[in-house]
Amino acid sequence: MSLLPFCQWLAATPGSIALHESLFMYPLIESVHVLTICLFVGMTMVLDLRLTGLVLRKVPVGDIVSRLQPWMFLGFFVMVTSGLLLFYAIPIRSYQNIFFRVKVVFLVLAGLNALVFHTGIFADAAAWGRDAEPPSRARLAGVASLVLWAGVIVTGRLIAYNWFDCDKPQPGWVQVATGCSYDPQQ
Amino acid sequence: MNLLPLFQWCEESGLGRTVRESVWAFAAVESIHLLSLATMGGAVLLVDLRLLNLGLRQRPVREVASEMQPFMNRGLAVLVVSGLTLFAAEAVKCYYSSPFQLKILALLVATLFTYTVRRKVVLSESTEGGGARILVALVSIGLWFTVAAAGRWIGFSG
Repeated sequence: MSLLPFCQWLAATPGSIALHESLFMYPLIESVHVLTICLFVGMTMVLDLRLTGLVLRKVPVGDIVSRLQPWMFLGFFVMVTSGLLLFYAIPIRSYQNIFFRVKVVFLVLAGLNALVFHTGIFADAAAWGRDAEPPSRARLAGVASLVLWAGVIVTGRLIAYNWFDCDKPQPGWVQVATGCSYDPQQ
Repeated sequence: MNLLPLFQWCEESGLGRTVRESVWAFAAVESIHLLSLATMGGAVLLVDLRLLNLGLRQRPVREVASEMQPFMNRGLAVLVVSGLTLFAAEAVKCYYSSPFQLKILALLVATLFTYTVRRKVVLSESTEGGGARILVALVSIGLWFTVAAAGRWIGFSG
């Protein structure tokens, strides 16, 4: 299944063209995106570092989750909204960008990790939440979250680079990974 | 005083050349810059939120601030080093960039403010002066917001 036709349709909509061509809206949305990363990933990082036993060791994990969750939700909401708008501005190139694709994989893995943490590991936090050093499954979830979100940020930043873009010849594995082939006619 | 020769020297330095001529270096350093921004920004925001009576409000400001201090300090250190490396690669462009000038100005004020006034307030034992604490938090968020937004804007200008 290819989502390319959908992206092509999206790219032809007036909103996408307006965002793409505007002088200030795109940089503005991009700045909001970066700043909400500070809010969302910053708060998530504090929780992750607590889970690994590195900071706020005297504060129960449950307190950190309940106090920071509204900020994480706010940051996440604005971050995702601005991110979707950035995609909406440049759908085809993003879809065929290798870093964008890796970023989506990291995002899904980070989401799964959060799901496993909140439905499983955190469910019995009453038992271990006060420990300065949480159990290994909680520490693992913390480390996984740190690594996955770092992956999201790095690959997200690299989307701007055109090293593997479709408008020039690329090795076979890149063509497979980006789902496009170089056509000198175009 | 004309600083252009200094900027030109930075651009022609070994570091500037190496980063500029490499395919990967600029992007790699930029990623490190962004990661440490998230670390430092998160550490600053958590304390500012606490000053605004939001976030970790059951813990004393002093405790939250001293826990976050190492992340703020190290984050800032990595930001400055990676930022200088990025700067060396395109120093002359930065010389003519208004977002860059705004960023550096805001950065100097923000750093000075953070390590003097804000530091005194967040590490103080006293819990008096709620209004002053709110003001300090808002100034801190405003200043660092300007640094990050103007910094992002360097890439969009010129």
